[in-house]
Parts: sequence; structure tokens; C-alpha cells
Amino acid sequence: MQLPPEGLGGWGILVALAGGAMRGSIPYMFVSLGECLTEKSGKINLGMEGVLLMGAMTAFGVSDLTGSPWLGVLAAALAGLLLGAMHAWMTQQPAVNDVAAGIAMILFGSGLAFFFGKKFVAPMAPQLPLIELGRWSHVPAVESALRISPLFFVGIATGFLLHWVFTRTRWGLNIRAVGDDPQAARALAINVNGVRFIAITLGGALAAVGGAHLTLYFPGIWSEGISGGQGLMAVALVIFARWSPRRCLAAALLFGGAQALGPSLQSLGVNGYYHLFNASPYLLTLAVMVATCSSKRSLAGMPGALGKK
Amino acid sequence: MDGATRQWETVVVPLGAFAAGMLVFGAFCATMGVNPLAVYASIWKAGFGSWYSWQNTLVRASPLLLCGLCTSLPARAGVIVIGNEGAVVVGGLGAIAAGLATLSFPPWICLTAMGLASMVCGGLWIAVSVALQHYRGVSAVISGLLLNYLAIALMNQLIEGPLRDPSSLNNPASYPLTADHRLAYFDGTHVHHGLLFGVAACLAAWFLLERTTFGFSMKISGGNVRAARLVGLPVGRIVVTAAFLGGACAGLAGMVEVAAVHGRANESLNAGYGYVGILVAFLSRQSPLAIVAVSLLVGGLLASGGMLQRAHDLPDAAITVLQGILFLFILLSDTLYGRLRFPGAKQDAITS
Repeated sequence: MQLPPEGLGGWGILVALAGGAMRGSIPYMFVSLGECLTEKSGKINLGMEGVLLMGAMTAFGVSDLTGSPWLGVLAAALAGLLLGAMHAWMTQQPAVNDVAAGIAMILFGSGLAFFFGKKFVAPMAPQLPLIELGRWSHVPAVESALRISPLFFVGIATGFLLHWVFTRTRWGLNIRAVGDDPQAARALAINVNGVRFIAITLGGALAAVGGAHLTLYFPGIWSEGISGGQGLMAVALVIFARWSPRRCLAAALLFGGAQALGPSLQSLGVNGYYHLFNASPYLLTLAVMVATCSSKRSLAGMPGALGKK
Repeated sequence: MDGATRQWETVVVPLGAFAAGMLVFGAFCATMGVNPLAVYASIWKAGFGSWYSWQNTLVRASPLLLCGLCTSLPARAGVIVIGNEGAVVVGGLGAIAAGLATLSFPPWICLTAMGLASMVCGGLWIAVSVALQHYRGVSAVISGLLLNYLAIALMNQLIEGPLRDPSSLNNPASYPLTADHRLAYFDGTHVHHGLLFGVAACLAAWFLLERTTFGFSMKISGGNVRAARLVGLPVGRIVVTAAFLGGACAGLAGMVEVAAVHGRANESLNAGYGYVGILVAFLSRQSPLAIVAVSLLVGGLLASGGMLQRAHDLPDAAITVLQGILFLFILLSDTLYGRLRFPGAKQDAITS
């Protein structure tokens, strides 16, 4: 984690927080967009933590073996595609519980990632090239805080693309119809299972790209604790964002910033509650969910068929 | 469907799913260039082959018995709880705090205080997440998972802060319990008395579900919430109480780990027994008596992790892969219920 610039005082913290938000938001962004696509079709994929870890491990391994980080990103997306397809197929069998299937996929995905990742623990893989947004500044600290991974812009673009697909295309309309009322969609001759299969599979691929960011960005090492529950938090984040891809982007930035809070405060000398500050994203998620949910009515924007068999 | 078919199904389907999962894991090992038959033999040898390996299995089975109940009891009342890991951790923390505070008292007082504190901490931890679902509509699955991470952060804060033993340098841990204030072992073994807690809890849970009014009302709430409300059952109170009982079991598992295995609270509290407990609960189809058998089976699998690494050079995550595969097959097997035909059983008449 980069330290905030010295000699900039309070501004240093802000710059570090902004930079941290842009860096830390990337995994949240991809996983929550993937989950948003999945849930819009009326199914839930809790196994995103496993997908994220598989993506991280695959991206690291392929980047290390081929020397090309972009091939690593592609391979991660393929791994996510496969896990997504598995989840999609499983949850469409009669009487199979979505939530329990997600937990099983977390075990399976993280097990596979740790199994194949065992030999990748030590070295560093080739990294994605960075984009310098801080050229205008002559303060090196500002420059380093604004050195952003290209995946950040890919994520933002994907968010707006998804929004366009959902609101302006026949494809998006089909996904929303299937997610809101499968019976009605079936009556309109939409292939419900087919649409769901594609949405869940592509959702897995998107989430795995978030995993690629974890290993292909500074410090660029693979370790078993690398995801730290971000895949799970992103699932909660979709609820917070009320199933809107654009709000997912904003929520991801907020969570990225919350994640940067602990290390930033530590660098200020506030380190008595280091672990508790690091837990702030979890606490934030929980607080947001308690504040927004209700047992009396379903949330605005929630796909009608979500959580129903 | 007649009773015989139903009884056959509850035995044949999980066993079939287990066998299928083991076969797929064998195929996975074969593609990794390891002879699957040798892997099965190693798992058998490390888990069940000798009295020594049985002891290893029993040590791992005792927290699994308790963690399985943490998912299984609320499941019978109709909620899926997966915050077991967090309940184990806070249970262990409650236990060590109570234990350190009562070290000057005789051991039985100290151990009782530890047990009670761990059960209250674990129970409240799960009850809060289920109450949030029931009264606020926050998914207990998601809040449970988030609470797992909060529990781990809390543990790190405590064992690196107020509870920290200054002599634990690189591996932060709490102050230790004194030797006579720890949970005892069965004579001549390395199996601790925590096993008794686990078995007793499973028997008590069976009694609660099958022989008491409260257990009956739990099953009604779990079976059909609207029917339960219509007959005037206080569904919220029942569900939250079931969650408290389940969480208390997981908390006790944390106490056992602290008081018997480690003698102090450290990072090993977060060893994943909670997550494996979810697998145990689903494998046993949420039945407390089946948990006893399934915990032994899964405990044996966990005990064989080291052996797979030494004998076949497989990473220890191989056991996690195996657990994932087994879990997937168990869930897939749910789709088979009511579809199988058994020789000798009467076929259903088509009524609807």
C-alpha cells in the first residue's frame, strides 16, 4: 500500500484516499457488475468469492508463463466463464438451492485456486501497464497516487455498457423480463433457462476479471488471502446499488475508499485500531443493508423472481 | 410416496452422491498424475486405518459436530445460517476472556465460565444475524458472511491488543490458560473431552426436535411459515431462539479449541471448522443424529490432508477441492428425491 505524500498534510490523506478508492474499487466493480448481470436474470451467485480467487490465480499463472498480462486477463475471464457455467447449470436443476450452491462453489473455486496456485507463491508476474493521470503535478506522491490500472477504465465502461444494454436493447429487455417474471417471459416465447445461463456465465467471466486485477497490479503477488472477502462484499454491494450498474460503479468507489481508510490513518500515526479500521468495509456493508432493507416490502429495483425457485 | 421408498432414498441418495464425488475427485487426481486408488488408500489410512489415525479423526470431528448443529438447527426452523466461522471465533474469544478472568478459581468454575461465555457469545452472534433477517429483511446469508470477517478482525484486534501475551512474538496470541485449567484428555489418547460436548449436543438437539413442543413448533415454522402464523406460533421468537441455540453450539466449539487444543486464543481459531460445518450439516440433511456419523467421515477426510501432501505431493488444498466436489454432488443429489424407483417398493398412484 502506498503511503500518503508527506508535506501535503490533510490534502495528502485526501489524495491517498482518492487514489486508494480508484485502485481498491476495481475488484468490487467487476464482481458487482457480474453479480448485477446475474441477479437481473433472477438468480443469485454467492460463489463470486471462489470466482474472484480463481480469476486471480489464473491471471497470475498465465501472465507468469506467457509474459503477457493481457493474456492473463483473458485466461481469468475464461476461468470465470467456466465456473459461471457450472453454477448456472447446477442452479437450474430442480430442487437445487441457489444459496447452498453458491457456498459449495466458494469451496470448490477457492480449493482449485489454492491447489493450482501452490507453485506460484514466490515470484512476481508481469504487470499490466499503468496509466499516468498525475502528469500535471510535480509532486511525486500525487503522481504515484494517480497511477491507475487500465482495468479501472474498462470497469467504468462496462458499467455504462451494461446500463445501455439493460435499458436500450432487446437482449437487456429479455434478461429483465426473465428476472422479473419467468412465467410471463415464457409466454412471450423467451427461452428462460437459456437467457439465465448466458447471464450467469457472463457474470462469472466479469467477476473473474476483477480477480485478475488483484494479482496483476502492485504489489503483484499471489497469496491465498488476496481476496479477503471482496467477492462476498460485492454481492451485498449489488443490493446497496439496487441492481443498477451505474450505481454499482459509485458503490464500488465508496467501498474502495473505505478500504483505503485503515492504511491511510495508520500512516497518520493512528494505528491503535488497525484491524478494526480494516474491517470498516464489512461494517459499512452491514450498516447499509440494515438501513436499506425491510421485511415488509421488497426493495425498489429488485428483480421480481430473485430468491424464488 | 410410501414410507419404504422414502427411507431408502434418505440413505441411498446421499451415499450415492458421496460415491460420485469421490469418483470425480479420483479422476481429478488422475489428471494430476497421481494414482487415484493410492489416494483413496491414503485417505483411508490417515483417517481410519489405525487407532492413532482414529484419534486424529476424533479430534477433528468434535468441533465439526458442534459447527454442523450451528447450520442444522436454524435450518430446521427455516433459515440458512452460514456464519458458523464467526460464531466459533467469538465463542473462542468469549471463552478465553472468561477463562483468564477466573484463573484464580478452581478449574471446574473456570471451565464452566468459559463454556457459558462461549455459548452466549456464539449464540448472540448468530441470533443477531437471523433477527436482522426476520425483522429487517437483511439476508442472513450475507450478514453471516460479513460477520465472519468482523469476528476475525475483532480477534486480531484482541490478540494483538488487550489480550496479547508479550512473549508471543511473531505469532500473536492471548495469555495462556494454566495447565490445570484446561479441558482434560481421555486417558492414554490425544482425544479431548470436547468430543463429549459434541456428541451430547447432537443428542440434545435430536431430543429437542423430536420429543419437545418447541422442537415441533420449530419444524412447523421451517416447513410452512404461513401455517405456523395461522396457528398462532410466535415465528420470530422461535426462529431467533433456534439460531441462538445453533450459534451457542458453534461458540462451544470455539471454547473447546481454546480450552483443549491450543490452551490460548490465536489465529488457529479461524481454521475453517465453521465452513466445513456447513458441509457437514448439508451432508447429514440437517438431522442431528446423522451429524454424528457425517462428522466422523469428514473429520477423517480433514485428517488425511497432511498425508496426501507427504505421500503424493498433492497441495493441502486438495482436501478443499474434495470438499467442494462433495458439496456440489450432495446439492445436485437433491434433485433426485422423488424421482428414483426402488425394486420392491410400491409405485405412487398419480393423484394430481
